[in-house]
Amino acid sequence: MNNALQLLVNGKMHTVQSAPDTPLLYVLRNELQLNGPKYGCGLQQCGACMVLLNGKAQPSCMLPVAAVNDQEVVTLEGLAKDTGTLHPVQAAFVEAQAAQCGYCLNGMVMSAVALLAAHPHPDDETIRNGMQQALCRCGSYSRIMKAVKIAAAAKPANAIKTDHP
Amino acid sequence: MHRRQFLRAAGCVTIGFTMGGPVFSYGSPVQQQLPGSLRNHPRINAWLEILDTGQVRIFTGKLELGQGIRTAIAQVAAEELDLDMQQVEVVLADTSRTPNEGYTSGSASVENSAMSVRYASAYARRKLLELAAEKWNVPIDQLHMNNGIITGPGNRSISFADLLQGRQLSDEVKLPVTLKSKEQYRWVGKPVLRDDIGRMVRGEPVYVQDLRFPGMVHARMVRPPAYGAQLRTFNEQEALKKIPGILKIVRKENFLGIITANEYEAVKAQRALQSLVTWTEGTPLPEGNVTQYIKSLPASTEKVLQKGSMDGTAPWITATYSKPYIMHASMGPSCAVAIYDKDQLHIWSHTQGVFPLRRTLSRMLNMPEEKIQITGVPGSGCYGHNGADDAAADAAVLALEYPGKHVRLQWSREEEHGWEPYGSAMIMELAAQLGPGGKISAWKYNLWSDTHSTRPAGAPQNLLAYQYMQQTPQQPERGFTAGAYRNAEPYYDIDNVTIQAHFFNGPVRVSALRGLGAYANIFAIESFMDELAAKAGTDPFTFRLMHLTDERARAVLEKLRDMIKDVPTAPGTGIGIGFSCYKNAASYCAVAALVKTNKAVTDLTVQKMWAVIDAGETINPDGLKNQTEGGMIQSASWTVQEQVRFNKQHITSVNWNSYPIFRFPQAPETEVAVIDRPNESVLGAGEAAQGPAAAAIANAVYKASGKRIRDLPLLRGQGG
Repeated sequence: MNNALQLLVNGKMHTVQSAPDTPLLYVLRNELQLNGPKYGCGLQQCGACMVLLNGKAQPSCMLPVAAVNDQEVVTLEGLAKDTGTLHPVQAAFVEAQAAQCGYCLNGMVMSAVALLAAHPHPDDETIRNGMQQALCRCGSYSRIMKAVKIAAAAKPANAIKTDHP
Repeated sequence: MHRRQFLRAAGCVTIGFTMGGPVFSYGSPVQQQLPGSLRNHPRINAWLEILDTGQVRIFTGKLELGQGIRTAIAQVAAEELDLDMQQVEVVLADTSRTPNEGYTSGSASVENSAMSVRYASAYARRKLLELAAEKWNVPIDQLHMNNGIITGPGNRSISFADLLQGRQLSDEVKLPVTLKSKEQYRWVGKPVLRDDIGRMVRGEPVYVQDLRFPGMVHARMVRPPAYGAQLRTFNEQEALKKIPGILKIVRKENFLGIITANEYEAVKAQRALQSLVTWTEGTPLPEGNVTQYIKSLPASTEKVLQKGSMDGTAPWITATYSKPYIMHASMGPSCAVAIYDKDQLHIWSHTQGVFPLRRTLSRMLNMPEEKIQITGVPGSGCYGHNGADDAAADAAVLALEYPGKHVRLQWSREEEHGWEPYGSAMIMELAAQLGPGGKISAWKYNLWSDTHSTRPAGAPQNLLAYQYMQQTPQQPERGFTAGAYRNAEPYYDIDNVTIQAHFFNGPVRVSALRGLGAYANIFAIESFMDELAAKAGTDPFTFRLMHLTDERARAVLEKLRDMIKDVPTAPGTGIGIGFSCYKNAASYCAVAALVKTNKAVTDLTVQKMWAVIDAGETINPDGLKNQTEGGMIQSASWTVQEQVRFNKQHITSVNWNSYPIFRFPQAPETEVAVIDRPNESVLGAGEAAQGPAAAAIANAVYKASGKRIRDLPLLRGQGG
């Protein structure tokens, strides 16, 4: 029942053996050994499994892998440069220490990357609305807000992009 | 990252829940009493090892829960041994490696574990210097220690590892222990960054959910539709025929789990099997008003405090408050990996207590404790006793039936929401008399609560797996009852006080949730203080200060008053405050909230929250702020809109739509001020904000709307 599927993830083409109805999340974690996207609810309610699909932040927990087709997938692991230099959003989360347990961090970072690509200089309301798919239980929202603002201030608009156009 | 590196790393990230320990005085840092954990495990090498690489490895019996304990512990070790932070690694709770420090709970990790590491490190420093002095035959006061190297006269220098030549320091730590003088601190009291956040942003493996082993198989549980429901029909042959990919079905009475090679096959098999089996109805839950129901239950009464007399003749002012069941609702559903191989069972779990869990599993599985190893690996934030221990027990049962393979058991969102043990619903009845000058002359307090701990501390019946494996359900052991009346005694100076706690056995599964009873007790006391202040014709700050002589309590309130004095309040908005000294013995915390609402309070936004916290000696001010900010936001979500709902059959709050918590648009801004007292004991802080935050919001709602809401959540009708 497994099909050989081609997936473009973090700038690299992968061939995976997977049942076509398998949600992308399970393929990323179990076939490609990625840790960024997390299982949180499997219901597209919490954002823990967020990835960028053609640059847009999308939950991966219900999306059948066969439906990804030729869309480009970027995960948390794909944000830093090959040299190890962090993406400005990642660096801002470290600077603001914007996590407690950190389980929501993937959803927050991926949402922020997509948000800043669309709105390079967002006001508070734009940040709040743009980040609302991602849930945090530790109550780190105010720090995450600060991190997004640091990232927005760190780079001119056109630099807030992933490394894999 | 390789598995071994991760497992090591999983034992070695970082900072800052709480801080505690005996008092030192400036200038004479000689400690006269050793912390409890160190008295239980007195040898230096129980707490630290010198590695050949120049690193120092620290062992703690506590687990990182997102509170930053790893960094706080590394800071105190680096301080006493004059190391760079990079030279310290921290191994977290593991039954085979670390001291047994019970549970990571009650905001007590810095007080016990970090302080034990502090004294063990200081004693190790002394021993290392003595060894070098002996080796070079020079006086000890001519030696210096820096970044793992000891230097002495004549350009002599030697590393810790070369000095020890493969040995470890196994001396017992004995008094007196000379600690580093605080004027020389380079790490403690500084906002040292948590190194685990750097790993998180890179997507490195951090959590138990990220563990991968060669040949690992995946498991899911098939749970009953209700508490106490029993498996009525189940045909294993039919299931194996109809459902693809199943390696093994494990059934023991009402315990039903499946194992597959591929994770998504396990998810599909879980759903398919659920539709192939039938269950009995189980224990019905009460319908209707929960507060009325719990008040109607038989209760056993405990006299908590009686001082002075209740004979005053002033009129009693009364008010009754309530709090519903609320849940931990961890972001990452519980998970565990277990392997049974060569007669040994090894479990990786995000449990808060590896040692108590091992004792419990030993009884549940009839296996000697020596044959069970439990390695603590962080999960997502738990804020108390969530599904972690249950998932570990599930995985253990499954692994025993499928030996030789690592079995990874992952709970679903619905399982975590529907089966975790909740924070108990409570009712608080308050009465007070006002005497001359508008001061409180008498105080009566009655509370109703279920227990706040059913941790499986040796009691297998507190684990779901054990319950499922019985023919009939058994009553869990209701542990620590004092949790219900934590902070029931007001911290204020009142001469005549009586407090009683009435314990019922409620309808749903309950256990420890951040702050235990303190959340509801402080909500009630601090709401009532505002009500009394109005009766006495004084403002909330003045009224509280009239009843406080403890200078540190006064200081947090006075600082808070200063912080918010120029905040304008627009029509429809209001500011309220709340205060507590957590456990009446830990951190002092005063909170203010600015809310916007309408007259009927059908719409409510918490716009901003302020806190002033005094946790004694601050190990990491940023860690302390992070805990306090998060505590306020989490408490705001509980207070404004959270309530576990159920129908006759079972819990109906089973996902984020039916149990909504604050999302980004609802989260208030936060501002936290720390009052650092380097010469005072470190005080537990991780749970300090929950209660005052709740009262501050309720009091602000009253200011904004004129409506006094005494039953939580403040927004009724929310929460699905």
